[in-house]
Amino acid sequence: MRPYRFGLTYRCRIHRPRMSNTAKTADPAAAQANRRNVGNGPSIPVRVLRPSTGWSPVDFAELWASKEILYFLVWRDLKVRYRQAALGAMWAIVQPVLAVGIFTVFFGRFVGVPSDGIPYPVFALAAIVPWAFFANGVTMGTQSILVNEQLVRRIYFPRLLVPVGAVLSGSVDVMISMMLLLVLALAYGIAPTIKWLLVPIFLLLTALAAFGIAIILSALNVRYRDVQYVVPFFTQLLMFASPIVYPSSVLAEPWRTLYGINPMAGIIDGVRWALFGTSPTAASLSLSVTVSLALLVSGAFFFRRTERTFADLI
Amino acid sequence: MSKEAIRVDGLGKRYEIGTSRNYNPTLRDAVAAQVETAFGWIGKRSAPAAPTSPSRAFWALRDVSFAVEAGEVVGVVGANGAGKTTLLKILSRITEPTEGLGVVRGRVGSLLEVGTGFHPELTGRENVYLNGVIIGMTRAEVARRYDEIVAFSGVERFIDTPVKRYSSGMYLRLAFSVAAHLQCEIVLVDEVLAVGDAEFQKKCMGKIGDVARSGRTVVFVSHNLTAVQALCSRALYLKEGKLVGDGDPRGIVTDYLGANATHATERVWEGTERAPKDGIVRLRRACVRPEGGVAGDPIDVRTSFVIEVDYRNEAEDAVISLSLLVLDEGGIVVFNAGPVTPPRPLRPGVYRDTCHVPGDLMNDGAYRVDVEIQFRGETVLPPTEILTFQIADSPDFRTGWYGKWLGAVRPMLAWRTSRIDEVDLRGSPTPSRRPRVSKGTKQ
Repeated sequence: MRPYRFGLTYRCRIHRPRMSNTAKTADPAAAQANRRNVGNGPSIPVRVLRPSTGWSPVDFAELWASKEILYFLVWRDLKVRYRQAALGAMWAIVQPVLAVGIFTVFFGRFVGVPSDGIPYPVFALAAIVPWAFFANGVTMGTQSILVNEQLVRRIYFPRLLVPVGAVLSGSVDVMISMMLLLVLALAYGIAPTIKWLLVPIFLLLTALAAFGIAIILSALNVRYRDVQYVVPFFTQLLMFASPIVYPSSVLAEPWRTLYGINPMAGIIDGVRWALFGTSPTAASLSLSVTVSLALLVSGAFFFRRTERTFADLI
Repeated sequence: MSKEAIRVDGLGKRYEIGTSRNYNPTLRDAVAAQVETAFGWIGKRSAPAAPTSPSRAFWALRDVSFAVEAGEVVGVVGANGAGKTTLLKILSRITEPTEGLGVVRGRVGSLLEVGTGFHPELTGRENVYLNGVIIGMTRAEVARRYDEIVAFSGVERFIDTPVKRYSSGMYLRLAFSVAAHLQCEIVLVDEVLAVGDAEFQKKCMGKIGDVARSGRTVVFVSHNLTAVQALCSRALYLKEGKLVGDGDPRGIVTDYLGANATHATERVWEGTERAPKDGIVRLRRACVRPEGGVAGDPIDVRTSFVIEVDYRNEAEDAVISLSLLVLDEGGIVVFNAGPVTPPRPLRPGVYRDTCHVPGDLMNDGAYRVDVEIQFRGETVLPPTEILTFQIADSPDFRTGWYGKWLGAVRPMLAWRTSRIDEVDLRGSPTPSRRPRVSKGTKQ
């Protein structure tokens, strides 16, 4: 066997002349996917275990091979939450309805916050739907590694799936509340247009933003246990920094674009634009999306770097 | 060229223990510490003299190197805290080594603990899928083996109730069953069988035996030394993070047992010790050794061994009678042996009494030897402890069950089954066999 040098990163090239190059993975599903029959039997995955230093990139092949684990993590959370289906679904409706109610009464009526000419309840709900998905995803995601401590300490699988799964487990809730939103919009006489089909796209963008932040916070939470207590507070602050109870049109122009640094600002404006045609927001939306992607990419690198010590720190 | 399934070179794993000044478990403390170091010079707040503990670093493993061929079954023994579980965790990729290198060829399935991923609210069926996929099978594989898994576990009747309602035995059986059906080239097993009733343990051992015989590579960490000896072709002995033994399981097990308990298998007395009141008989030396070996050699349940007692006689025409009492760990006298012929008078001199104990008589465990000396009918030395020794278990004749064999002794007795009578099944009242009585003859 060739001697291995400490600290060098080895990529798939293990010198075994009779076998084809195998991908660097030990997952059985991946091995299945990587099987190339070269006549000597199935190729066997080889894994080198050495202390890693510096940044490690995300191993997409491994993530894709472990997609069933992600599916089951999400399925497990949904199954438990919706054990009693009616109760589970009810909660997904009651929360936004109550929020809309309170906001309409206090912000819409008493304070008289403008709502771009749209009935305040629908205006508010259009923001609450993506916001709830985002906020729940971030909160659950932050604790996700610790909640799944047993798994992380005993089994190997790509840990990145854990916060991603935590965010995705809110997907059924968001779909239910999206239905509620569309129904309410129709009830208020807002005519459906082709742009309504873009609403799921914006929800997808919300998921991306939530992934990025959840990944970073979940990794931080393993090392610093008080992060999970601080997150609800900052989420609350961010809610007021997002155009939920007020429209972004209250901001003058340079600020309105910069407002897009808050990823949810651009996304919420986008949802309102898709549904009601208000506030075209190309600049702030693109800024939001850029910030989301930047958070996602840097979050993934940060996570991969700290991932090595999870099992030791938990 | 033989294929190495696992190769480990200079592997080490270090943990930081204790609270150092730099250990900040909360973000608030970490930020505060940063601010403090940044502005420390303003308030001239000198850092408190930290008690520098020399060993803040704890090496769970240090410089461990070995190689395992494909298809080998290797046992790993060692005291608690020796690093066995850490080694398995590194091989399973759960944690990273601090130094060194490991290469693993093949898919790894680890049974570090059964039931990982089980959720109490989900039913047994749902948990089988969940657990199966998490430990590495695909959904299709789990579906294919589902019936086998449930049949092996024996909880078919309850497969659709939430797992939180299961008894611990049912839970273990189901969890182990899922793990046992994982198809992978390398299996790492860590004392999963430390819990569970005898029935369950027997089943698990049987399955592990099957896995071992099926040609897969198995690394088996266990405290059950009998199982290690029976199932493994090779054993590794870890002590305080270092690999101190690598080789034949029986030898390694003896080393391990010997290291843990200091036994006095040989004793020498100089001077006037052990001298009874009038200085007539004095013990010089005693030892217990396997037949054909020396004191300190391993004795197992199949080995015949001898107990030798040397004594010095200073009286003329001394009628000296020794008896040896062998007691087990519980203080029970297993046997009391003495010479079978009446003692003859002895001249002054140094004598050696040798007692032969045949193999296949004693049970395994730790034993103590007491000697009692009678001089001309009078007891001059009451039963006094002179030796302790250990008899190790032997994996011969054990199939599938490796628990503690009960009994003060374990003799190999002749046993025979012979048929002494017939049993006539035709006369028994089973409807199909009852002869029909017809009401008339049909011609």
